[in-house]
Amino acid sequence: MTSNRLLLSAAIAALYLLHQDVWFWREARPLVFGFLPIGLAYHGLYCLAVAALMWVLTRVAWPAHLESAAPGGPEDHSR
Amino acid sequence: MIPALIVFAYLGVVLYIGIFAFRGRSGSAEEYFLAGRSLGPAVFLLSLFGTNMTAFTILGSAGHAFANGIVTFSLMASASALVIPLTLFFIGTRLWALGKRHGFMTPVQMFRDRWECGHIGTAIFAVQAALLVPYIIIGVMGGGTALRGISGGVIPYWLGGAIVALVVMSYVFFGGMRGTAFVNTFQTVLFLSFGAIALIVIGRGMGGFPQTMESLLASPDTAPLLTRERISPWYYFSYTFIPLSTIAFPHIAIFCLTARRMAQFKRTVIFYPLCIMAIWLPCVFLGVAANSLRDVPKIEQKLEARAALAALPPTAPAEERAALRRQAAGDDVVLVMLETFAPLWLAGLLGAGIMAAVMASDSQILALSTMFTEDVFAYYEGTAKFGERVQVHTGRLFVVLLTVVAYAIAMRAPQGIFELAVQYAFSGYAALSPLLVAALFWRGSTKWGALAVTLWVAFAVAYTSQVPGALAWFGLLPVVPMTLISCALMIVVSLATPKPSAVTIDRYIAAR
Repeated sequence: MTSNRLLLSAAIAALYLLHQDVWFWREARPLVFGFLPIGLAYHGLYCLAVAALMWVLTRVAWPAHLESAAPGGPEDHSR
Repeated sequence: MIPALIVFAYLGVVLYIGIFAFRGRSGSAEEYFLAGRSLGPAVFLLSLFGTNMTAFTILGSAGHAFANGIVTFSLMASASALVIPLTLFFIGTRLWALGKRHGFMTPVQMFRDRWECGHIGTAIFAVQAALLVPYIIIGVMGGGTALRGISGGVIPYWLGGAIVALVVMSYVFFGGMRGTAFVNTFQTVLFLSFGAIALIVIGRGMGGFPQTMESLLASPDTAPLLTRERISPWYYFSYTFIPLSTIAFPHIAIFCLTARRMAQFKRTVIFYPLCIMAIWLPCVFLGVAANSLRDVPKIEQKLEARAALAALPPTAPAEERAALRRQAAGDDVVLVMLETFAPLWLAGLLGAGIMAAVMASDSQILALSTMFTEDVFAYYEGTAKFGERVQVHTGRLFVVLLTVVAYAIAMRAPQGIFELAVQYAFSGYAALSPLLVAALFWRGSTKWGALAVTLWVAFAVAYTSQVPGALAWFGLLPVVPMTLISCALMIVVSLATPKPSAVTIDRYIAAR
């Protein structure tokens, strides 16, 4: 496994584990922006972190070989 | 009546978009069922997201949060925000490429080719179809309930259900996948606007959210709603298995085949978590905030019913418990808040947003029609004998029949039964997801492993729906053992049975 793949796998696993945020389990405060309980704000932020991870995945680990092998792709010599 | 008129105008727009999207297109099966594999990036993202959003997203999520608090968001939304884009990235892109290369239009076609099987594919089709039907029935029921609510009871349940079923059937019948995708795109834009507008209008009406949160924290009854102390971490963890169902749903897997280019998955996987946040966060927050509205009579009644339910002795009759549970249910809290705080015209517009969520059964109807015509009609020589035009006509006829049957059942059966069936279907599809993983990533998988998984899922769904608490081991949801046992069966049975030919396997997974 290349170091990139290893890092990305670790990042996916880390985000999966970070979903289980037991550290905010019994806490409502601080209220972020004065009204968002910390547990809710954390998971809002979590969605942003997932979007960032997906951006990295599409930049670094995009399975381009699948597209190029499809009809019309660069490796398609059928037409 | 103004909100009902706005909703009717909305239904007219939806009908127009759906029917005219198909105009001037070829009548081929690929065009009708897959929009000619040519959907552009914006339609692909918004429609895929809209396809996966149901009435539960807006009404049910707020209702769940009203009763259970902020945990609703992390249980159902943020878990999906991670798992669904990952499955689209790893599985959706591969399905797209295989569909493009081999002309597949359904997952079963791919399974039949991958594992060199015929009737086992039919068994997979039967289980997938059986799990999908309750959604279509729920869609008709939701339409009846929502139109009755929005019109203040002027439109009866049977008529509301009939109107929604007719509108959905018409644009699926005429517009096929292209019509459905365009309607879903329009509906997703409405969903996304709905959350933000509702949050601003209701927040202003309530006099600001900081004050609302402080009042909830001040009461020992409502303060736990702002934490997750009432839920066990194991139970919470098991919810992360549920979003595995998404890619196994036939309508989602089939939708993956409609993209013009694979690059369209890029934006989809990046924006998917953001769309989830934009819709679910306001709905969950409003559901929690509704607990502070003790001066709104409809909400006060719900809170009183909840307190009475908590005080019931364990020996209380089941009917009394069920009646209190119905009174305490919060599925309409967002509607009540809009009724209280939004002007009439805005309540109508937002009502249209709610209708958009309720009408999510279009993709499932089309998917079942695609599956029937491709996996049964075409597979058993129907297309070879009668031609492609007859295949498309058969698909359209199937759409009509399915809608009529769903409507007839929806008008006779109690809603609770199908709501329950939908919950079991989620677990069932999650437990079917190892089929896709094994087909696409494991050279050693076999058709007998696939059959074992399919039979297990059929048995487990029937068993858990009949025996309360079945398979809920160690406080986990049944979906966890169901999925893990599916994985184990796929591995053990495949290791013990003969593999497909190397040529076939090489077309799917390169040898290392």
